Amino acid sequence: MFKFLKIRKVQGRQYIPDIRKASVNQKFRGFPLLDSSLCSSCGKCRDVCPSGAISLSPLSIDMGKCVFCGDCTQNCPHESIRFSNFHKLASDSREKLVINPGRSAENYCKNAVEAKREITKIFGRSLKLRSVSAGGCGGCELELNACGNVNFDMERFGIEIVASPRHADGVIITGPVSENMAFALEETYKAIPNPKIVIAMGACAISGGVFAQSEAINREFFSKHKVDIFVPGCPPHPLTVINGILDFLGA
Amino acid sequence: MENWISEKNGQSLSLREVPVLRFAELREDIVEKCRHGMRIAGFFGHREEKTLRLFIVLASDAESTLLVSSAVFSEDEKSYESLTPELPQFSMFEREFYESYGIEPLGHPWLKSVRFPHDGAIKKNEADYPFFKVGGEGIHEVGVGPVHAGVIEPGHFRFMCDGEKVIHLEIHLGYQHRGIEKLMTFPGAISGKSVLAESIAGDSVIANMMAFCAIAESGSEGTPPLRAVVIRTIAMEMERAAIHIGNLAALAGDIGYLTANAFFGATRTYVINLLLAFSGSRFGRGLIRPGGIVYDIDPEIRKAVISSLKMVKDRVILMGEQMFDFPGVLSRFQRTGVVDAATAHKIGMVGLAARASGLKTDVRSDHPSGLYRFSPLHRLSMETGDVFARAFLRYLEIKQSLDFVLEQLEELSDEGSIMKSPAPLKADSFIMSLVEGVRGEIAHFCITDSDGNISRYKIKDPSFNNWPGLAYAVRNEGISDFPLCNKSFDLSYCGFDL
Ligand code: SF4
Ligand code: SF4
Repeated sequence: MFKFLKIRKVQGRQYIPDIRKASVNQKFRGFPLLDSSLCSSCGKCRDVCPSGAISLSPLSIDMGKCVFCGDCTQNCPHESIRFSNFHKLASDSREKLVINPGRSAENYCKNAVEAKREITKIFGRSLKLRSVSAGGCGGCELELNACGNVNFDMERFGIEIVASPRHADGVIITGPVSENMAFALEETYKAIPNPKIVIAMGACAISGGVFAQSEAINREFFSKHKVDIFVPGCPPHPLTVINGILDFLGA
Repeated sequence: MENWISEKNGQSLSLREVPVLRFAELREDIVEKCRHGMRIAGFFGHREEKTLRLFIVLASDAESTLLVSSAVFSEDEKSYESLTPELPQFSMFEREFYESYGIEPLGHPWLKSVRFPHDGAIKKNEADYPFFKVGGEGIHEVGVGPVHAGVIEPGHFRFMCDGEKVIHLEIHLGYQHRGIEKLMTFPGAISGKSVLAESIAGDSVIANMMAFCAIAESGSEGTPPLRAVVIRTIAMEMERAAIHIGNLAALAGDIGYLTANAFFGATRTYVINLLLAFSGSRFGRGLIRPGGIVYDIDPEIRKAVISSLKMVKDRVILMGEQMFDFPGVLSRFQRTGVVDAATAHKIGMVGLAARASGLKTDVRSDHPSGLYRFSPLHRLSMETGDVFARAFLRYLEIKQSLDFVLEQLEELSDEGSIMKSPAPLKADSFIMSLVEGVRGEIAHFCITDSDGNISRYKIKDPSFNNWPGLAYAVRNEGISDFPLCNKSFDLSYCGFDL
């Protein structure tokens, strides 16, 4: 009994009180900051980028492809590319994920995800999601699980991963969608009652990520169904995931 | 000509040095060697113009050597005599070789595709591979997956049950197959494949990078600098501690012991946030690149990591002592999902699960490379082979890893070189690299062509050895204990499926 009380005391309060204002460690590679005045279009960053996220003249990074590996920063001779620790990267459209020089994180975040009031009207303060892991590395799943742990505790906002598609309001997809998972993903989506939303979590789900060139993946799902929230990262930080969904819900 | 060439872990061989024989000439020898303590580490094909060459790597753990040989199959040779009836540890390897190249191991008891690869040589239709059926009155089937009830990777489990009791479990994988080995052979320097290697298994980023870098650095002497070796190993043991702690949380969650679930869950967060504090990623992505490491541990971070890890260790001990002394926990963990030592050895289990069954296998001691050669770790193992043994061994390994990291951090100097660009890969070579990841032996093999480009890259995750162990462990258990058994093995789907 005494031991139990001690455990309780040592555990303390683990939850992050204000998810909206919490920030991530300085070292975290989040929103990219590009400076075209320094860039000589030498192309070294593009050549080392493992996911083809970089375009030159003008310099841009597609956060839907970027895996935030930092290899471009290491190889740029002019320090044109930096990564800030800003983590609210989610967006409601694929185009918005392309970051151009001079774009600031605050400016990006202001209208990256438009709140869908009608969603809140239908679902209220409750959004139940079905997770489908489809061909990734398991990294996104680790972070999606972390969203529900004692630190991030997204269930306090009514966002929950449920065990059956019949109980769900939408699907959260991780991984590039392997050929071998394409059918199961489609079936799961079909089994979710209307209206429903789609969340693509991680570079793999958004664009195929580092597996985009593989013949073993099948991205038909995304040509058939509209994605409502894109959550960049490899894997995305739990705060990126939760804040993205909360923005979408207008919470 | 000798049948084998012997080399150490992390070394490269010239392709010409690897003996080329017929399979029939090697078969007896393989059986003989495996009966006398050797085990399979690699068994995979490679196309060379008109012929197919099967590479076989046997590990001699006692002598810290790897024996390599190869067998050629001409175009009209479509079968060979299976090793599995005598050596069950070859079962998965033979199935994999079969699905990739269509060469049939005659007499294999259960010849099925293992992951339904996109570029395989046999029929891909799942319906062509029926599940094993158990007959008799009252026998029923339960199918689970590929999409599971929580946030879990996909896999299908087919149980044959007698009432609540599991008679047989067949594990059907391949859903995570994304063609990593093939992508590794795409044009470009090996350093450009780093992020791919980090994405073999998202919870074993560091371990896979260790294996990958040993290959990428095989062309040059004196790479990476010592400081990089130390920091890599620190990260690797932190990865082990973090994933093990997360697993203890999950095990506690499975038996409804929510105190430990929450406590260990929060404890894991501390460890991965420390990785973030020096690498910029909670899982150490971007930290390691061929030639060394990218982000140093400066004195200030070093101090912070030391004090936090001490706190983490206190937390682990506080909760661990309570958990492993709690009758409710013990009654669920003890004698559940037993794999005895003889079976573990026979089916070729590796890593933590094998050690929990009493096998003394650990790449860090058996085939040490890098820092483990200078700072050896004491071998840990258990005897009972049940859920308890796998859980408790995790607890012991967490403490050991944390102590190791703390010791290394205490001794770490303030600065030093952390990167030295490696020379390109040697042409026409065969490079092997074994690493003890969280779950056990991760093996990477690389074959280069005459221009030094990668022509074959083979990855073997420890899950490849251990999934059959799980299937064995649940036999005669109640089906409701499956989640617990599964969690206690904590195997990887993505690492298996590639
Ligand atoms: S950080 Fe992003 S843009 Fe830069 S190299 Fe990596 S994937 Fe490419
Ligand atoms: S986005 Fe990155 S972390 Fe997520 S599944 Fe893909 S490779 Fe893994």
